[in-house]
Amino acid sequence: MGLFTELKDSISRVTERLFSEQEPKRIGIYGPPNAGKTTLANRIARDWTGDAVGAESHVPHETRRARRKENVDIERDGKKVTIDIVDTPGVTTKVDYEEFTDEMSKDDAIRRSREATEGVAEAMHWLREDVDGVIYVLDSAEDPITQVNTMLIGIIESRDLPVLIFANKIDLEESSVKRIEDAFPQHETIPLSAKEGDNMDEVYDSIAEYFG
Amino acid sequence: MPEARGKDDADGVQIDLISGQRMDEMATMEKIRMILDGVHDGKIVILEEGLTPDEESRLIEVTMTEISPDEFNGIEIETYPKSSANNSSLLGRLMGNSESNAKLTVIGPADQIETLHKDETLISALVSRN
Repeated sequence: MGLFTELKDSISRVTERLFSEQEPKRIGIYGPPNAGKTTLANRIARDWTGDAVGAESHVPHETRRARRKENVDIERDGKKVTIDIVDTPGVTTKVDYEEFTDEMSKDDAIRRSREATEGVAEAMHWLREDVDGVIYVLDSAEDPITQVNTMLIGIIESRDLPVLIFANKIDLEESSVKRIEDAFPQHETIPLSAKEGDNMDEVYDSIAEYFG
Repeated sequence: MPEARGKDDADGVQIDLISGQRMDEMATMEKIRMILDGVHDGKIVILEEGLTPDEESRLIEVTMTEISPDEFNGIEIETYPKSSANNSSLLGRLMGNSESNAKLTVIGPADQIETLHKDETLISALVSRN
């Protein structure tokens, strides 16, 4: 083997080692309550690691604390992207425990709302300090133009974080992906159904492209 | 100068309109404290120039830490960008001055604001007197 070939191989091995030892990117899954963030986090985690991230529920604020699934390797076109998925509580500016008293006792509702507020505060703190990119999940059957969505997208943009908008729940009849594209035209919008697993190939292609 | 009356002084809702100049003189946490103290007292706070994204993030975070059952449910908030890429005039876009961070923000107590509605040219708040 010639000196030049040896040198090239050596550089190649060092480069590969450098990339393989790169820290996983911490990707925060943000969005309003009940947009399907945990369902999506579970779908991604199950597809690539076999394990779920957390419990899913129709009750708002089921995810009260941020949960992390580390070292999720996503392989697309021979390229591997390693991410830590951070599933966060639905961000809101108000939490009223009485919203939950139909489904549980007052004490449980108060406990749930307390945990939810702590979780949202933590998620906001992490957004400023601890994530490398954001997947912003919206329910495509709901109006996306809310103050919380506008504020959060603005906060994410101000931090120059790469962001993908996922228009979830396209399996619902009233879903409108265009409404989301029109609301946030400055960002790429990927339609999907995390529950049904629709369009997940495009989801993984986008994650690899944006966060790889 | 007469002091502004608080919630307990009258059967009404106090609205504080805070100038951009006054906000400019304050640090982030001072602004947030002023807003949340006002909202805790049942006031509607209107900021002439809104908050920066970082301040908005901290406002949500601090609001969450202060929510308490039967006492404080959080805030309602709506904001107008005074101009943006989507709604600026054609002339403005052609002149390249379509972006502005200036905005008007309305913040109030969630348990007193029945609705806070925004359309293209109006923020409308329906406030209960409790």
